[in-house]
Amino acid sequence: MTAPFLILAALAVAGTAAAMGLRNGVHCVLALTVGFAALAALYLQLGAQFVGFTQIMVYVGAVAILAVFAIMMTHHPGLIEAPFSRNWLWGAVIAAAVFATLARAISLGTASAPSAPPEPSATVNQIGDALMHRYILPLEIVGLLLTAALIGAVIIAIDPKDREESE
Amino acid sequence: MIAAALTTQDVDQIFVLIKHALLACVPAALQPIASAVLSIIPILVAFPLLFAITTVLERKGLGRMQNRYGPNRVGPAGFFQPIADGIKSLTKEDVVPLSADHAVHFLAPILLVIAAFLGYAVLPIGRNMVLVNLNAGVLFFFAVGSVVELSVFMAGWSSRSKYSLLGAMRAIAQMISYEVPLVLASVVVIMQAGSLSLVTIVESQSGYTGIFPHWYLFTPWGIAGFILFMIAATAESNRSPFDLPEGESEIIAGYFIEYSGFKFALFFLAEYLGMFATSSLAITLFLGGWAAPLSFLTFIPSYVWFFLKLLVLICFFIWIRGTLPRLRMDQLMGFAWKFILPMALLNIFVAGLWRFLPAGPLNSIRWLVCIGVLAAPCIVLSFSLKQKKKLLVRTYHFAE
Repeated sequence: MTAPFLILAALAVAGTAAAMGLRNGVHCVLALTVGFAALAALYLQLGAQFVGFTQIMVYVGAVAILAVFAIMMTHHPGLIEAPFSRNWLWGAVIAAAVFATLARAISLGTASAPSAPPEPSATVNQIGDALMHRYILPLEIVGLLLTAALIGAVIIAIDPKDREESE
Repeated sequence: MIAAALTTQDVDQIFVLIKHALLACVPAALQPIASAVLSIIPILVAFPLLFAITTVLERKGLGRMQNRYGPNRVGPAGFFQPIADGIKSLTKEDVVPLSADHAVHFLAPILLVIAAFLGYAVLPIGRNMVLVNLNAGVLFFFAVGSVVELSVFMAGWSSRSKYSLLGAMRAIAQMISYEVPLVLASVVVIMQAGSLSLVTIVESQSGYTGIFPHWYLFTPWGIAGFILFMIAATAESNRSPFDLPEGESEIIAGYFIEYSGFKFALFFLAEYLGMFATSSLAITLFLGGWAAPLSFLTFIPSYVWFFLKLLVLICFFIWIRGTLPRLRMDQLMGFAWKFILPMALLNIFVAGLWRFLPAGPLNSIRWLVCIGVLAAPCIVLSFSLKQKKKLLVRTYHFAE
């Protein structure tokens, strides 16, 4: 537990907690972005440059913008009346269960051994090699899925009038 | 004596040598911090200075193109105008709209300037002159660029003004659309260099055949990539003809209209810094970075070449601004998704073709094949996009 880790972890937790607790929708998204960025910094601290920068690019650059657009486009009153839902007890139970499962998996895993960890070696080259050789099929399937989603989004977005004209 | 001892190599490395000499005076424990500070300060000084030069260059250049004088009152031929502008913006009142979201309104320009400066961390501005040589430098650059979009949104939304919100929506839509071709146009260079590190990319373009350099610009995919990159870069930096987010005649100044005084100046600074950063990336990717353009010109220091190339690109941007009219929103989006994006994808294919076709005696055939593969779809695409529009004489109806 080094000082940078503690600071980043606190920032990530504070950001995501604020994202749940704030009353203004846009503020929530911005707070969540702080959490994303702190998580990216944690990845960088672990020596995973590719994952860290991709996290910033995808989550800060795309997901946060998308969320912000969704909030602006839908006619929201802006302020959320009650930040805590009535089912918060169930939520807390599920969250605790998920956390316990993860914590157990990590504590049982080999990574918990305090022996000197090997130099982090997830270089961009290796990730590229793995994606293009070993995991080429999943990559292609993901690509196909995303293309299908893209076409679906375009079809939804086409104005009904234009659709009739083209038919 | 000292002057006589300076070789061209020493002049080239003078900033690196000065840094090492200064570092030697600092106790060992503080050296990492001192090293970082000494590397950051030149970036914080040089690029805002370039911003000041560019504003006066742009105003005078635009003035020349529009048949007027431009600024000509402060200093010799108006060249001290940026100083007057700076003092003015520092002393102006900082007006914050009453209904604005104060925290977000305050944070937006700060985040924007930080993001604009961060991009320079990975750009090599001279031989051995790079702040950090990251393994994933290109990726870092684009990741930082995506933060700019968020701060633009923050500025537009927090002002609670319809103009600024419209400007922010336009800016984000445009930036997201043109970020795709920007990244795809850089992919060809990454494919050829086999690295995401900008230092390695510059090194892979070093060397000369005869007197001509091995820049990626001098390959079919390099030319196409450079043109696509520059179009996307113009759109990314919200400059004319892609200046819809801040079109003065439509939405006044776009997302930063509700800012005044120094914060307004910060937005301008960030915008120009973004333009310099993408231009620098174009130089690094396609124009050999800090390398001299001809082999017998290598005696001129590397950083001089870098800034000369940057100035040429800036003048090109100013020229384009003075020449082209603003696009409409649908034209902007159609251009990005129907023309630039397919061409960028095709260019990646051509880069692969170039790599696997034999060089040597068949080099001219390789050139012809690659140019053919690029040019034929380009012509077909432009004609098919044009034919759908029935160009008629437009009649204007004026209010009576």
